Parts: sequence; C-alpha cells; structure tokens
Amino acid sequence: MSTGSMEQLYQQVILDHAKFPHGRGLGTAGEAAAVTGESHQVNPTCGDEVTLQVDLDDAGVVRDVRWEGQGCSISQASVSVLHDLVVDKDLAGVDELAATFRALMQSKGAGLDDEHAEDLLGDATAFTGVGRFSARVKCALLGWTALSDALITSGARAREDA
Amino acid sequence: MTSTLEPVAAPDGRLSAAELAAVRADFPLLARTLRDERPLVYLDSGATSQKPDVVLDAEQDFYLQRNAAVHRGAHQLAEEATEAFEDARARVAGFVGATPGELVWTSNATAALNLVAYAMSNASLGRGGEAARGFALGEGDEIVVTELEHHANLVPWQELAARTGATLRWIGVTDDGRLRVDELDTVVTERTKVLAFSHASNVTGAVTPVERFVARAREVGALTVLDACQSVPHMPVDLAALGVDFAAFSGHKMYGPTGVGALYARRELLEAMPPVTTGGSMVEVVTMETTTYAPPPQRFEAGTQMVSQAVALGAAAQYLGDLGMAAVHAHETEMAGLLLDAVASVPGVRVIGPTDTTDRLANVAFVVDGVHAHDVGQVLDDAGVAVRVGHHCAQPLHRRFGVAATTRASAGVYTTAEDVAAFREALAGVRAFFGAEGA
Repeated sequence: MSTGSMEQLYQQVILDHAKFPHGRGLGTAGEAAAVTGESHQVNPTCGDEVTLQVDLDDAGVVRDVRWEGQGCSISQASVSVLHDLVVDKDLAGVDELAATFRALMQSKGAGLDDEHAEDLLGDATAFTGVGRFSARVKCALLGWTALSDALITSGARAREDA
Repeated sequence: MTSTLEPVAAPDGRLSAAELAAVRADFPLLARTLRDERPLVYLDSGATSQKPDVVLDAEQDFYLQRNAAVHRGAHQLAEEATEAFEDARARVAGFVGATPGELVWTSNATAALNLVAYAMSNASLGRGGEAARGFALGEGDEIVVTELEHHANLVPWQELAARTGATLRWIGVTDDGRLRVDELDTVVTERTKVLAFSHASNVTGAVTPVERFVARAREVGALTVLDACQSVPHMPVDLAALGVDFAAFSGHKMYGPTGVGALYARRELLEAMPPVTTGGSMVEVVTMETTTYAPPPQRFEAGTQMVSQAVALGAAAQYLGDLGMAAVHAHETEMAGLLLDAVASVPGVRVIGPTDTTDRLANVAFVVDGVHAHDVGQVLDDAGVAVRVGHHCAQPLHRRFGVAATTRASAGVYTTAEDVAAFREALAGVRAFFGAEGA
C-alpha cells in the first residue's frame, strides 16, 4: 500500500518513540531541581496537545523533563526524543539543540548536511522527512515550543532572551 | 452559461454514468496528479469544493468584459456590472427558495452568522429603534445552540450572550451523532430568543429535522438561525418552505469561489434589523450629525462588494440547478452508502455519526483505533486520497465523543465509486502500517 515516502516520514525510531514514549507522565519536581517551569501548548488545527514540565538545577542544567500529551505520532514522538536530548544539558546546550532541530524542520526534507548537527540531534535526525510535509512541521515542533515556554515560566530565562 | 452536461438522467433520478463523467470533465483540477504521478482522489468537499469551468469562466468573464463599480456611476459598464451582480443574487436566492431582497452577500458563512449576532447586539443597545426591539436581548433571555455546531455557529452566540447578559444553552447529541430532538421541549422555553442550529452536521453528516426545530421555536416566539453550509451544496434546500428566520451558507462549499457567502433572512426581519458594518454604499442621506440607511439588502453590504465572486457564485448555483439537486442528492447518498461500507469493512475503524444513509449526507467522520487522525490522513495522502483530519471546527462535538480528532471523507457531486474504492484500499493498510494492536 505504502510507498517509500511513508517509510521515510515514519522512520522506525519515530514509531517506536510514539508507541513507547520517554519521559511521559507529569509529577512533582525532583530534589535536584532548583526551579521548575511548565507549559501547555496546543496545535489548534488538529487538537494536538502537550503539557511539559522542565526542572533546572542551580547551575542552570536541565535535570528532568516530564510531559503529558495527546496527538499524532509525529508530535508525541518528538517530545519523547526531546526528553532524551535535553536532560543534562545546560541552557546553551538546549538552545543549540532547539535551533538545530528547527533548522532541520526548515530543510524541506533535505537534512542539514552537517556532521556536527547530526551527532547533536541523534534520534531526532529521524524527523528529517517531516520537513517535506509543511503541515506536519508544527506537529514536530510542538514539544520544542512547550520547552521554550516552560524555560521562561521557570524563571531561568527572560522572555526577551527566548 | 453552458454546461457540457448531457441532459439525460438515470431512470431512478441519480446521475447516469455518462452524466457523472461529464460532471468530472467540468472540473479541470480533478484531472491533475499528485506526487509520484498519483491520480487525485478528492474526498474533502466538506471543507471546500472544487470549481467547474463555468464558475471560473464567469469570474474571468466579469473582469474581462464587465468590470466596474456596482450600484453607482451612470455609464454602460457600471450598468452591466450591476446587472451581473444582481442577476447572481437572484440566481442564488432562487436556488435556495428565497427572493433576491432576502439575500445579503457576505464574505463567508461565518460573516453571515456574525452579522445576525451583531445586529441583535446593536438592537440590544437600542439601535434600530422600536422596529428592532424584537432582536434585543438582555439578562433572563436565552440563546439556544447545539452541541454539534461548527464553531462559526457557536462562538458568535457565546459572544452575543457575553455582551448582552443573555444565557447560552444547548441541545445535546445522540450516540449516533444526531441532535436530541427530545430535548427541544425542555431546553427551548419562553425565555429562548434565538435557536441557532445546523441543517446538517459537518462532522456526523446527520440531517436535522428542521421542521421540529422551527415548530418549537414558533411556539415560544424564538428566532431561528440555520447554518446551511453543508446542506445547500448537497441536497435540495428551500429556505422559505423550511420556515427558518435566518440562514447562512458559503460559496466555496457549493462549487463557487472563496470570498463570498450569503445570509438569508425573511424580508420583514431584514427590514427591521439595524445595520452592522457601516460606511459607503449602505446609506440614504448622510449629514455631519446623522445618517439614514438604505433598504436591505444594501443596508448590510457596506463598502465595495466581492462582485466577481458573487457573479461566479451565481454561475455555481446555475450549474447545480441545471444538474438538479434531487439528482445530486441521490448520487451523493449513493456515495455516502459506499463510504460507510468502506469504513465498516476495515477492522478497528469506527464511524462518528449515523451508520446508514437515512437523513444523512456523504461526509463520513471516523476514528481509527490506535492511530491518530493526522497519521491516518498522512497515509491516505500518500495514496493520493485527500481527506480532512482534526476537529473540523467542532471541538465540543469531538469532546462529546471523547476524541480529540477524527478523519473525515466527504463526497461531492463529482465523487465516484472508484474514488471510494481507492479510499477503502488506502484505509485498509493504515493500522498495519502503524503496528496498531489487532491489525
């Protein structure tokens, strides 16, 4: 039934994360957390939702990401991968990841052709094919938008820096 | 205006195979291919329809031959432009059983519904004087809507209630996606001033027994507002015979262009209603202190109108009228049956709405167990099948069924059994692709 482009879009990594998501389940901040931020984001065109909590320690390092959501496999898998990528990163590391992932989404499926970027993104490179489908880019970015907003609500970052 | 249509109907009133082929040939876009040269299977007419040549030609012809400002100027072009504009009004009005003086052009159906709500708002502030008092709302008054409304026939009433102090109430929905007619007597009361409801749900496809709603509204003296966006393109609709006070429908869903829709209102209501958008073209005498307003429909058509789109919508109404709405409805009911069969044939797929074609249109929304609607739509798209995914601007209805999103396949006059077969084949592979349990 399906042609190659579906396998390209729905890489096994994405299907696995969608089925067995990492970091799912909201809760209270761990002991290492100095501050916690939370954000609820909705994609109004399709009703996808993500609520994301982020804990940071005194040094501004992400200690935990917890989330709850409902939506398509792209949106849910993307938050799961985000969880794996940003835990233990400092703010500068999170920024680099977020910017690189956004660049990947804007590459219209071509990828970034940058070894450093690919190393950085790890599992998230599986989302390369999403960029070919402009309607789905928003799905893949939903969790990243929530993270960016949660960092602001945590007080770790001023709105104008975001 | 000519159509390539053969004027030969199938014996039972449906479109014959030859007629259907001729109809498809009228819609140039249907012949295009998608990625990897796949043919297009367009099952998203509920969102917007494709346009026949006669509509495209009418819009272009207006600009090539008749373009001028309407209702002003004394030159020949202006006269011809005005004539084309008003002929279109008469055609569209006639198509829905109305007179030209009862049809107001709006930019879309949402604007038509908001026009009614804001006219009532203005009447509630005393605008329109004694004649408009019947439109005034205040504390203690109630506005009744339904749980299956498109947001366009819900949010304007929420806002009107908030502005006037009136209370918003609603009629519920049955498990098979129909309106709870049994709730009319309890929810619609002497306090009800407005009863706003859909003629056909854009999600469940259920057709409302309008006569029951109108009868109850008349018993209590409430005004009825019908959202006819889904019904007008797909079944015969006679608004005067239905007896509703107001109705809204859009042009682009009935094979016309975007940018134009219409508000129908009984003439005596339009005459009594205060204006909403004010400015040029809708006035009689303007002084520095005060203004008197033109009679309807011009009173509600301030500023430059969407003339070429209105003219093209007139061509669309003519096109549908030539086909015959009974034949269109019969054809689409057949497509509804095929779509329902297709969905029922795939394990793990559940229809949100009636599962047979009785009082039902050919927009079929469904849930695929274990697969989000967006992912369903993506796999269908890969097979060239265009469907709508999401909440279809009816979040409360989706909440009622405990789902965030559905996939919707919706037919139009040009939909064929082959389209439905392609849809069925693509849908059959969805659950296995995502490794859903039991697939």
